[in-house]
Amino acid sequence: MSYSVTEPSSRTKWFAGSMVILYAIITLLPLVWIIATGFKSPSDAIAYPPKVVFTPSLEGYVNLFTERTRVTPQMLEEAGEPTKWYDKIVHEQGAVISGKSRYGERFFNSVIIGFGSTLLCMILGTAAAYAFSRFRIPLKDDLLFFILSTRMMPPIAVSIPIFLMFRQLGLNDTHLGMILLYTAVNLSLSVWLLKGFIDEIPIEYEEAALIDGYTRFQAFYKVVLPQAATGIASTAIFCLIFAWNEYAFAVLLTSGTAQTAPPFIPTIIGVGGKDWPAVAAGATIFLVPVMVFTILLRKHLLRGITFGAVRK
Amino acid sequence: MAQIRIENVRKDFGSFTAVQSSSFTVEDGEFFMLLGPSGCGKTTTLRMMAGLELPTSGQIYIDGEEVGQKPASQRDIAFVFQMFALYPHMNVGKNISYPLISQGVPRAQVKKKVAEVAKILDIEDILNKPVGGLSGGDRQRVALGRAIVREPKAFFMDEPLGALDAEFREHMSEELRALHDRMGATTVYVTHDQLEAMQMGDKIVVMNHGVVEQFGVPQQIYDWPATKFVAQFIGSPSMNFLEFHGMLGSGAKQVTLSNTVFEIPTLLSGAKGGLSFGVRPEHVYLDDSSSYKGRVVAVEYLGTTQIITLDTANGSVKARVSSADVVAVGDTVGLHFDVRTVTIFEASSGKALISEANSGVLTHG
Repeated sequence: MSYSVTEPSSRTKWFAGSMVILYAIITLLPLVWIIATGFKSPSDAIAYPPKVVFTPSLEGYVNLFTERTRVTPQMLEEAGEPTKWYDKIVHEQGAVISGKSRYGERFFNSVIIGFGSTLLCMILGTAAAYAFSRFRIPLKDDLLFFILSTRMMPPIAVSIPIFLMFRQLGLNDTHLGMILLYTAVNLSLSVWLLKGFIDEIPIEYEEAALIDGYTRFQAFYKVVLPQAATGIASTAIFCLIFAWNEYAFAVLLTSGTAQTAPPFIPTIIGVGGKDWPAVAAGATIFLVPVMVFTILLRKHLLRGITFGAVRK
Repeated sequence: MAQIRIENVRKDFGSFTAVQSSSFTVEDGEFFMLLGPSGCGKTTTLRMMAGLELPTSGQIYIDGEEVGQKPASQRDIAFVFQMFALYPHMNVGKNISYPLISQGVPRAQVKKKVAEVAKILDIEDILNKPVGGLSGGDRQRVALGRAIVREPKAFFMDEPLGALDAEFREHMSEELRALHDRMGATTVYVTHDQLEAMQMGDKIVVMNHGVVEQFGVPQQIYDWPATKFVAQFIGSPSMNFLEFHGMLGSGAKQVTLSNTVFEIPTLLSGAKGGLSFGVRPEHVYLDDSSSYKGRVVAVEYLGTTQIITLDTANGSVKARVSSADVVAVGDTVGLHFDVRTVTIFEASSGKALISEANSGVLTHG
């Protein structure tokens, strides 16, 4: 029997495998904790020592989506036997549902603002990156540096000027305002990342398309875009994650109509005691879209984050 | 198919002039070579003809129509890139059909055309394959297929064999030439390989530093170079230059090199100062009766011939002689030149002096 020198031994593989699993457990633990807490009852959630085995309950989710009023047992009696399962859960707490909570709206705001800014960022970013990559632009390097320089301080450092600007422009607490803000913050990243990806696409492909009788825009659309799909997908994930998780500007600039989920979730704590299961439920649902988006684009992402590391 | 005419075309990139006032004509059906060292402007010239670059000034006529400032998509030409530029997200068949789709050719006709082209190039069995896994030769054929499927007015090729390995290059160059002969398509071909240009071309333009140095059929360019650059660039080993000082008037019939008089073709123009006596290695003979001597410094055996490098009073000379001649390094031998083939160059400008021998080639343009 002969062994290849480059093939790792089974012991090395076993060791590497167990390190990966260990790392996965460590990183997944907080996630598992949050998801589990969402299905605990409030008393289980704060039990000490923490409960690993518990009776699952949807109380957290019901509380997340509803406004409730505590009533006397007498009134509860008069209201009659609850018909819906969620009514029953609320009844057991000695309360009745008085209306919907705002979580749905906030979540929906996050979707609009997060995906809206990502889309806008991709459109502008791809166009700008293409131009920087392909055309002779006067002061190109200076412009690129200028674009990068907007990243050099934390965006929150300019929060007060932005707040004042937004107030003057009437963009405070609007979807448009937040979309524009997140796009502005993410655009430098997307221009730089996408320029790298487009630089890698040989210009001959477009020239071949031009010769074949296509216009410059058609060549861009039919030849460059499919080639740049990987770069666009991975850049989109980075942009979405930023916009989706952004907290500081959301607290500062939104309060009502355009408030996103991140600043809203902590406010749940204050509603009727420390309702940890509801907070955990809110956080769990909040995780889903980015997770789905990332999983859908994961094959591009892997290529995207190792971009430049491997020569083709 | 079409005639292509270039008139005073110039291209500046900022302060750098890539091509300056080039003029030449590619006749209908010609296999035309743009030859020169890298950076000489040959690719820029080709790209301007194709519409991938727009000339700073000058006119380009394809089939009589001025197209200088028109985009590539409106010129009805095909271009074969050195790296082939096959669309990586499409299979072979789609790649070939892509130029037809842009013209709105009906689907059934596209299919028929692609099949036809595939048959010509013998790539019918790979039509449904992705282009990623193809060999260099097959990529080349697909690129050619994409070019010929549309029956364009002209083909432009930018070092299409440059990416292939040596053995296969020879085979593809024959295939290319055969394809051209069958289709009779006007073809402009860029190369830096003088041998390739001579083998394949009907006509050659030699460029250097953005200037057209000479333009004509391969043999004329080889025999009667217009400049020292052309004389050096074409032929291997290149033309010998014996440097001397003197004054030659119009009508001069001989020159004196280190006290030995050599006859030359009668000059029709004169010059004085630094001059070069240009002679090809195959026109240098070893002749012990000659009073012009050289010392052998190297001998390269090449089978039927050998290249002998000699030191003379006027500089280094290479002679291509039969392998039967016995020569050893260190020998001093007499040299004799085939005077009918000599070209005299002005050393300062590098230009050939017009003589009775080369005036037919050099004065028509």
